[in-house]
Amino acid sequence: MSKTKIPFYRNPKIRSLFVQIFVLSLVSFLIFSIYQTTVSNLIERGIQTSTSFFDDVAPFKIGFSPFLDFDLGKTTYIEVFYIGILNTILIAILGIIASTILGFIVGIVRLSPNWLASKCALVYIEVFRNVPLLLQIMFWNFAVFLATLPPPKKSIEFGFLYLNSRGLHTPIPYVEDELRFNFWIFILLMTAVGCIFLSKWAKKSFEHTGVKRPVFFYNFLIFTILATLSYLALGGPLEFDIPVLGKFNFKGGGQLPLPLFSLWFALTIYTSAFIAENVRAGISSVSTGQLEAANSIGLNRTQTINMIVIPQAMRVIIPPTISQFLNLTKNSSLAVAVGYEEIVAVWAGISLNQTGQAVIIIAMTIIVYECMSLFTSFMLNMYNRKVQITER
Amino acid sequence: MKYVTSLVTSVALAGIAFATSVSASTLEEVQNRGELRCGVSGGVPGFSAPNDAGKMVGIDAAVCDAVAAAVLGDASKVTYIPLNAKERFTALSSGEIDVLSRNTTHTLTREASLGLNFTYYNYIDGQGFMVMKDAGISSALELDGASICVQAGTTTELNMADYFRNNNMDYTPVGYETSTQTREGFEGGACDVLTSDKSQLAALSTEMADPSSILILPETISKEPLGPVVAQGDDQWMDIVAFTLYALINAEELGVTSANIDDLVANPGNPSVGRLVGAEGDTGEKLGLAADWSYQVIKQVGNYGEIYEATVEPIGIPRAGSVNDLWTRGGILYAPPIR
Repeated sequence: MSKTKIPFYRNPKIRSLFVQIFVLSLVSFLIFSIYQTTVSNLIERGIQTSTSFFDDVAPFKIGFSPFLDFDLGKTTYIEVFYIGILNTILIAILGIIASTILGFIVGIVRLSPNWLASKCALVYIEVFRNVPLLLQIMFWNFAVFLATLPPPKKSIEFGFLYLNSRGLHTPIPYVEDELRFNFWIFILLMTAVGCIFLSKWAKKSFEHTGVKRPVFFYNFLIFTILATLSYLALGGPLEFDIPVLGKFNFKGGGQLPLPLFSLWFALTIYTSAFIAENVRAGISSVSTGQLEAANSIGLNRTQTINMIVIPQAMRVIIPPTISQFLNLTKNSSLAVAVGYEEIVAVWAGISLNQTGQAVIIIAMTIIVYECMSLFTSFMLNMYNRKVQITER
Repeated sequence: MKYVTSLVTSVALAGIAFATSVSASTLEEVQNRGELRCGVSGGVPGFSAPNDAGKMVGIDAAVCDAVAAAVLGDASKVTYIPLNAKERFTALSSGEIDVLSRNTTHTLTREASLGLNFTYYNYIDGQGFMVMKDAGISSALELDGASICVQAGTTTELNMADYFRNNNMDYTPVGYETSTQTREGFEGGACDVLTSDKSQLAALSTEMADPSSILILPETISKEPLGPVVAQGDDQWMDIVAFTLYALINAEELGVTSANIDDLVANPGNPSVGRLVGAEGDTGEKLGLAADWSYQVIKQVGNYGEIYEATVEPIGIPRAGSVNDLWTRGGILYAPPIR
């Protein structure tokens, strides 16, 4: 068999490589020329662009920064950027947790055989899914919470909790005596280890004898009782900073500001309506044959749901729910309407306007959202891979 | 085929990136377009807010009208573009609007680093605080610990920070995007105090459910010279906007009104009046405008005093003897001569 030499330009591998290099260089060139055009236009219009403002002191104040202390006259612009990121992450995490729980409940109720419950869930989903989110945020903040909650001087009190139009004020614990506190933490850790052993033993005994014990309940009981007793025995190793009404507002203690609460509430309600639909779709996707099989081997309703329905439904629920989590994170940028200080408000809003560095600031904001979205979907995709059918 | 498509797309995109705009002068652009694009707030009564008929009115909107009258001969050929505090400078420097007339404070940073030129001032303001009467506050120095509603991204926010720091007081800012939201927040009890330029406080209080329940504190904590702004790099356009505003002020000083201007054109008497109404001189030619530019401005929009009376007076800010009065009457409005 004679070997005919194929000319290199007819080799599909080389040809596609060539085309790819060509397209790649064109795209790089495109990005480069956009950059060049932007820079030259900025110079032509007399707009100064530089990152030197990062270390300038921010001439304004940020009210809510639970993770980094804001010190007017010392905090710099780049710290404002970090505060914005942290506040965005806070609302994203709070929203994701709450909307997942609420979404699952509503989704399950939607499939309930009880006609009234199912129709109520339907109304919930259709109402909150179809009203624009910005409108809902403003509605909850201005028309519901601000209109109903009293001013600080007439706060609603639950013990040491105070609820008013500025938000919820709570006592926060702090450590007075380190030795006693560390000892208490040690006792808690030991109890936790004990609980873990207990559940391991219970699992083993279940596998051997088939006797199921309410071990979670036991553990909870043991832990609570021991924690309380040791806390009292040590004479209360924690002190509490209790909010006190000042001239205008409560001072001291912790605060869940109303803008955060309104935003959290609105995002949760809105996103949970979508998640509920995902849950419904997931559960409906489990074939009736599976349920009949579960019944025929004598599993009860709880067992059927926990062991048969949910594991199979998760495979359908998770992928669309990931994008709901991403939506929630991005939607948190609507916070500016109610005055919650997340990244778009403090960085792409206030800082941009005070420094005028639009290009740099917007680019940084885009990168932050990009990173957060990629991180969220990376984590959830890992989880998704775990629950998908493992093919052997 | 796939390759070809992606190649064509890439080349086309690269082409777009290269097509940097070859800019004609702003004056030519506006005249060719036949309308002036003017950035306003759109939500501050007395400055720029839609009236019952849906027309944008106010002292800021009147500046837009005056520039349109000067450049196009018709004060109605204006497209008002409502902008919030964040959008305004980008809209101007990117060429989306020709003039920004949106109660904007003149500061060094804005002038020097944002590619903007401030022309002159159509309203001189100062920042103040508004509280509910029943809070029992009578001075801004009693505001330690208060929550304060403010429009985010304004000089207001900075002055407030300076004032509280300077007086060793603490506060919690509640920043909203628009001044309407600051009012809603204040009325709803999200904050104890609303801070803004005093003219805006007066304007916002007219929109409240019960305007008599509020008190504007006596302190004025800042200087807020507000005026129209143009983009840097077109000196002719800057001159046109500045002198349109000067013409409005000079007209009041010389007693020229929209009512008597026709008589004055026929019989100016005073040569300064003659030059202002276009009966003498060639001011229009020098600015690149029609010879009757200033006549059109005053005839269609009125002089500064007429505008003030129609727009700012109704929100409850009297003018007599204030800084916004003419220099001849104890104020500081002073315009260079039109000659």
